[in-house]
Amino acid sequence: MKTVEEIKAAIEAAVPGAGVEIVPNPSVSGQHSLRLTPSHAVAVAMFLRDELLFDYLSNVTGVDWPDKEVGEKVKVTRTVTRTVDGVDQAVEETVEETRKRVQPGCLEAVYHLYSVALKQGPLTIRMRTVNRTDQVELPSLTPVWRSAEFQEREIFDLFGIVFTGHPDLRRLLMWDSFKDHPMRRDYVEPDDFEYEPTAHDEVLARAQAHRSRE
Amino acid sequence: MAVEAGLKIELGKQGVFVTTIEELYNWGRRSSIWPMQFGLACCAIEMIATTMARYDLARFGAEVFRPSPRQADLMIVSGTVTKKMAPQVVRLYNQMAEPRYVIAMGACAISGGPFKQGYNVLKGIDRYIPVDVHIPGCPPRPEALMHAFITLQEKIDGQHLTGEGRPRHLDAQAQGEFPVPVFGEHDLEPASNPGVWPAPVVIQGSGVRGQAEGFRRGGWRGSGNSKS
Repeated sequence: MKTVEEIKAAIEAAVPGAGVEIVPNPSVSGQHSLRLTPSHAVAVAMFLRDELLFDYLSNVTGVDWPDKEVGEKVKVTRTVTRTVDGVDQAVEETVEETRKRVQPGCLEAVYHLYSVALKQGPLTIRMRTVNRTDQVELPSLTPVWRSAEFQEREIFDLFGIVFTGHPDLRRLLMWDSFKDHPMRRDYVEPDDFEYEPTAHDEVLARAQAHRSRE
Repeated sequence: MAVEAGLKIELGKQGVFVTTIEELYNWGRRSSIWPMQFGLACCAIEMIATTMARYDLARFGAEVFRPSPRQADLMIVSGTVTKKMAPQVVRLYNQMAEPRYVIAMGACAISGGPFKQGYNVLKGIDRYIPVDVHIPGCPPRPEALMHAFITLQEKIDGQHLTGEGRPRHLDAQAQGEFPVPVFGEHDLEPASNPGVWPAPVVIQGSGVRGQAEGFRRGGWRGSGNSKS
């Protein structure tokens, strides 16, 4: 099987401006994946299916990357007034500061491709949304691989990614009037902890919180 | 008026059969329980096995699985009740004619089981409808389901036709229809039916207490002599 680097080169030769990135996997398996730009994803997918013969999409799943607060150390030079020998002087001073910055989160869809014709695989491709609140659209790959249909519906249901171009985008597991996306990291489950006879750890804390509210 | 067991045998030897209306009535009811034919998850496989040749539920008079709730006496909630399915289960129960009974089969049906803390599984069907027999197990073996049947038959046998613990179809005041929960934005609304399921009191550190009292105190009419 071609390595991801070769596949990336083949994609970039076939689809100009595809903007494919390699996401390295540091584990022993070394199954690196390719991150596609959503705007070119369908063209890349067509190329993977028709030219590289990845004819079988076995799995589609979602990943939620919440907003992350990262602290980074920066060296800042500033002018400070100091009293040296009884005289006030302006002194330049370099201090190390930790700045906190919120790294915006996103939602990711992961596709696992195999080639039945060439007995190869898996190839993992990924796509990321802009953020996880209002710009959550990704192009649907159901027109390319029909087997994505229900799995994209499931991701729409549980993660809230809106797949544009999907033939029938409805919730799959939860009911239509349900508002939340249960697989997101910030999902708050309903407070039905009134009876937990064998509660421990997190459930115990939730049950105690429920009782204290009563 | 009940007849002494010894006297009854003695009379039987002489060709005289004595019984009471209550005994005859309950014998008839318990000997032909028609379960409703529906399954929710893997427990249904064990339920099917119970009805087949090896375990042969027909020995207990319950082999006639009815595909319609209108003709069924017994609802076997066999499997995980998801929140999406719960309103349909309650609706089916409402459509059954009295006298009707419910067996909650397996860990999921009685409490949510391994999915209890999940986002889409009901924490026990007894939050919405009165359950007569709970059988734990994941799934319970066919023998366990037969035990549930026998327990239910004993319960039916022990029901008096008059008085406080009488079956609901003989009680004009009994609640007949149970409210069907509706799909809300975050959960089913309401999350439980307090008339059927008053949340049992958990006393931390000394196990569960007051559970039986809780059910008896606020339970549905006709559960007074419940063995479950």
